[in-house]
This record gives sequence, structure tokens and C-alpha cells, in this order.
Amino acid sequence: MSTMTPAVAMVEARGVHKSYAGVEVLRGVDLTVQRGEVTCLIGPSGSGKSTLLRCINHLEKHDAGELRVDGHLVGYELRDGKLYERNNKQICAERSRIGMVFQRFNLFQHLTVLENITIGQVKVRNVSAAAATQRARELLARVGLDAKEENYPSQLSGGQQQRVAIARALAMEPKLMLFDEPTSALDPELVGEVLDVMKDLARSGMTMVVVTHEMGFAREVADTLYFLDQGVIEESGDPREVLANPQSARLRSFLSKVL
Amino acid sequence: MVTNGDDEVEVVPVRHVGRWIGALVVALVLAMLVHTVVFSKASGGTSSRFGWAIVFHYFTTREVLDGLALTLELTALAMTIGIVLGMIIAIMRLSHNRLVSGTAWSYVWFFRGTPVYVQLLFWFNIAALYKTVTIGVPFMNVTFLHLDLVAFFTPFHTAMVGLGLNEAAYMSEIGRSGLISVDEGQIEAATSLGMTRSQTLRLVILPQAMRVIIPPTGNEVISMLKTTSLAIAVSVTELLTAVTNIYSANYEIMPLLLVASLWYLIVTTILSIGQYYVERHYAKGALRTPPPTPLQRLRQDVRGVASKMRSPRRVRPKAAA
Ligand SMILES: Nc1ncnc2c1ncn2[C@@H]1O[C@H](COP(=O)(O)OP(=O)(O)O)[C@@H](O)[C@H]1O
Ligand SMILES: [Mg+2]
Repeated sequence: MSTMTPAVAMVEARGVHKSYAGVEVLRGVDLTVQRGEVTCLIGPSGSGKSTLLRCINHLEKHDAGELRVDGHLVGYELRDGKLYERNNKQICAERSRIGMVFQRFNLFQHLTVLENITIGQVKVRNVSAAAATQRARELLARVGLDAKEENYPSQLSGGQQQRVAIARALAMEPKLMLFDEPTSALDPELVGEVLDVMKDLARSGMTMVVVTHEMGFAREVADTLYFLDQGVIEESGDPREVLANPQSARLRSFLSKVL
Repeated sequence: MVTNGDDEVEVVPVRHVGRWIGALVVALVLAMLVHTVVFSKASGGTSSRFGWAIVFHYFTTREVLDGLALTLELTALAMTIGIVLGMIIAIMRLSHNRLVSGTAWSYVWFFRGTPVYVQLLFWFNIAALYKTVTIGVPFMNVTFLHLDLVAFFTPFHTAMVGLGLNEAAYMSEIGRSGLISVDEGQIEAATSLGMTRSQTLRLVILPQAMRVIIPPTGNEVISMLKTTSLAIAVSVTELLTAVTNIYSANYEIMPLLLVASLWYLIVTTILSIGQYYVERHYAKGALRTPPPTPLQRLRQDVRGVASKMRSPRRVRPKAAA
């Protein structure tokens, strides 16, 4: 803990609730992501990990509780003691500064690798085509794929596609990166190359929230680990401590299955 | 049989006897067909049965060519209306607003549920019901557009509007199936980049939906080319009407129907080739290697046959095992 007055956290969730058709998926989630830190989120399938990321990125509206990203309420604005719903344009602008990486990559199939990385810059951030291309090439070099810019996603391996997807998100100069099981769809021998890119990103000081089943990565890279179970945070803290010394029976049983 | 190690042996392909007999029968039928259509003489006469001399004579006459031009123009305009309106209706069908999606559904229900021939006659007679139309806000004095229907609904415009509105119903279903074929993940990725709904639609969904939309649309264009012959109902002198006019004067019915058929076939062939290249364009990224063009495929076939004829296939049994 810093002794100076702490800056506003990047993500601050207090009692966040979300239901789908009457079924409560998130049942009061509390979570804090500090700037420049890597937060790992683990938990069994269906516990609400993806839903939480989607709420942070305005892809879903939470029903109750307080969710702040970079100090701003997600989806609402507080003025004169009233909550005003943000309009689409504001929400799009917010989203464009939050990078998201998906389990199934979701690269644009009809665009080349280079176009995948420039389209957001040009169409959303109004960067010139030349500047966007230059930035795309730098990012491709950074993820080790500078030779593939003319290829289509279908011509790449899963690991390569995921690295392009990370470059695509980084091209928007995000203040926060969300990863939803980025290595779960990969063959085991391809997991390493994606984790390496993510470690490099963590070292560069990017604020990251990573949903993962890679406990090695969590132990090595994460500053904070959260265990989500049935829509609530069951346990959290320093990953080495939490993983070595799980307090709840649920976490112990979960770890015995994934380790 | 014992082979010694690395020696190559010839591969003897299986003989497909049944396939050869089938091909022989088909060849015979084709030969008879060519003979009767092209070479046989009319009963008791010296001219060919189908009157090919007359076919060639009328093939490029002014009347036929004018009819062809009108057919092409009508096809292009009706398809344009059909595609543009159809895509709008397809997008409306996917709207979260019930009134909007319901209206789109009703449109398709109505225009798909009534014969296009009846619709043409309906538009032909609409001017009797409404002499003019005014587009504005009902019950208030706001007017956007004023149209004189009697002047507007010429035979050509009637056919264009009638065929186009009917086509829109079919195109909207094609468009909708294309739009829903695009993976949800693509939309999520676009949204998370901060694209608006309309950007996502234009930049991500539509280009990928095209792959599904193009083949049946090509089908619709070709179908429309022939459906324009229904415009005879509202007395547009398109291709079929043109040849009908000619043969009702000279009674050379079969040769003139051949003239029209040959023109329809020629245009259909050109459209099919065009469709192939458009499909190839929109297949970008969907396949690891793009499909060959017809020319490339022809070259591959020739090369394949040539190499088969040159030498029988040989393998090393060990390596093949
Ligand atoms: N759009 C949706 N509509 C209805 N139920 C959903 C929707 N998205 C997720 N769910 C449900 O919410 C629960 C949590 O899902 P999710 O957040 O994807 O879990 P996780 O990512 O932890 O596996 C699951 O039971 C899932 O079926
Ligand atoms: Mg999930």
C-alpha cells in the first residue's frame, strides 16, 4: 500500500449485480483493480467471469451496485444528484479505450491482419491511414508477427491469431485491457507464445484483468487474484498466498480440479 | 506378389464399366438431339425443322434488340429496387423495436403471399384509385413529396415498381439469412473496439454476410431476367413481347421463340460468369486459398489429363504402404 494519497482505481466494483431472465449471475461482486496492476480472475465455468468483464466493458448493463472504470460510473453519469444514462456515442467512446481479448480471438475474417489492426484506429479514433498503418506495424513487430500483415486470419494458427487480437486491442491505446480466457481455445504448445506477449505487456505497465485457468501465469504475473464462485468473490489477495493457502472449501476443490 | 524393395511398379486404375456405358448412352441421346434440332428438315420441306435461317435473320433486328435492351433495363432497375429495399427490410426485421420488425415481417408476408402477376396488374390499375399521392404527416399540413400517379405509372414504371417491390420481399429473406450467418463474436469484437451499431453493420457484418447473400442473389437476378417477360401483362415491349409481336404478324412462332430463348441464355451465361467473380471477391479470408478462376481450372484439367496420358502412375510399393 502506498503511503501517498492513492490515485483513483482503474476498476472499482461495489456490490455489482446482474441477472439474465431472472437468474442472478452476479450476486454482489466487490473488486478493485489498481492502475498498472495485473488482476487475475479465476473460478469455475458459469461462475460469471465473462459477465463481469462484459459489464466492465459496457457490453452488458449491470442491474444494481456501483461499477466505476477510471473513476467514471459505467453507463451512467451523476449530475445534480441524478443518474443519467449515457448515450450510445459516449458509451462507444468509453469502450474504445478498454481493450478486450476473447477466447475465440474474433478477428475480422474478411480483413487482413494489418486491416484488423488499423480499422478501429481509422474508423473509431479518426487516426490517418498512414499513422494507423505505422502503429499497426510496430505492434505486429512487438507480438512477433511482422511477416504476416498481408495474411487473412484463417491462414494463421490459433496462437498467431490471438497475438494479432492483442495487437488489435492495443492499437486503440487502451487504458485497461480485459482478457477472457485468452489461451483456453489454444493447443497446449501454442499457449506459451500468447502468455509471453501478455507478460511483456504486464511488464510495460498495462493495467490488465485476466480471466484464466493458467495458474502458473497467475502466480508469476498477477498482483492480485480473485476467486469468483456462483456470482460472488469468494476469496482474493496475493496470488502466491491464495493459491498456496486456500481458505475456502470451494477454492480448494476448484484448485484440485484445475491444477 | 513379391517386390524387391525400391522398385517402382505401375498402378493399374480400376475400370469403371458402368460409368462408360452410362456415358455412351448420354452421348447417343445428345447426338440425336443435335441432329433433330440443327440438321433435320421440316416435314415435306427443305428448310430446317426449327427454321434456323429465320432465327438468324431476326436475331439482331431492331425490334428484338430494342426488346432486349428494355429487358436488361427492367432487370437492372427492378433488381436495384429489390436489393436496396430488401436489405433495408432485412435490417428492419432484426430491429429490437416490435413495430419496425413487425412492419418488415408484414411486408414480406404480403408480397410473398400474392402472385407477382396480380401485383403487376394491381400497380397498373392503382392510378384509378389514387390519381395523386402526397407523402407527409397525416392530420397535419406537412408535405414532403407530391406525385402524380397517372403520369408516373407508365407501363415501364409499372413493371419496374411491381417487379422491384415483389423482389424486395425475397431479397430481404436472403439478406436476413446473410446477416444472421455472421458470428456473434465478430459483432462483439467490433463493439468492444468502440464501433457504433451502424459502423459494425457496415464494416463488419455486411461484408461477411455478402458471402452468404451473393449466390442466391445471382439466382434472383437471373430469375428476374426471365420474370420481366411478365411485363407483357402491362404491355411493356420487352424481349418476349417484341418477338410475340413479330410472330403474330408472320406466324414463325418456333424460330422467334428460339430467338428470345437464345438471348435469355446468352445474358444468363454472362451473368453467371459475373456472379462467379463477385463470389470470389467476397470469399476473401473465408478460405485458406481462393478457388481457381475458370481459366485456371481449365488449365489444371488439361494438365491433369495430359500427364495421365503421358505415363501411367507408378509408385514404390514400400513408400506407398
Ligand atoms: N446472454 C445471456 N443470456 C442468458 N444467460 C446468460 C447470458 N450470458 C451468460 N449467461 C449465463 O450466466 C452464467 C455465467 O456466465 P459467464 O459469465 O459466461 O460464466 P463464466 O465466464 O464464468 O464461465 C451462465 O450460467 C450463463 O449460462
Ligand atoms: Mg467465460
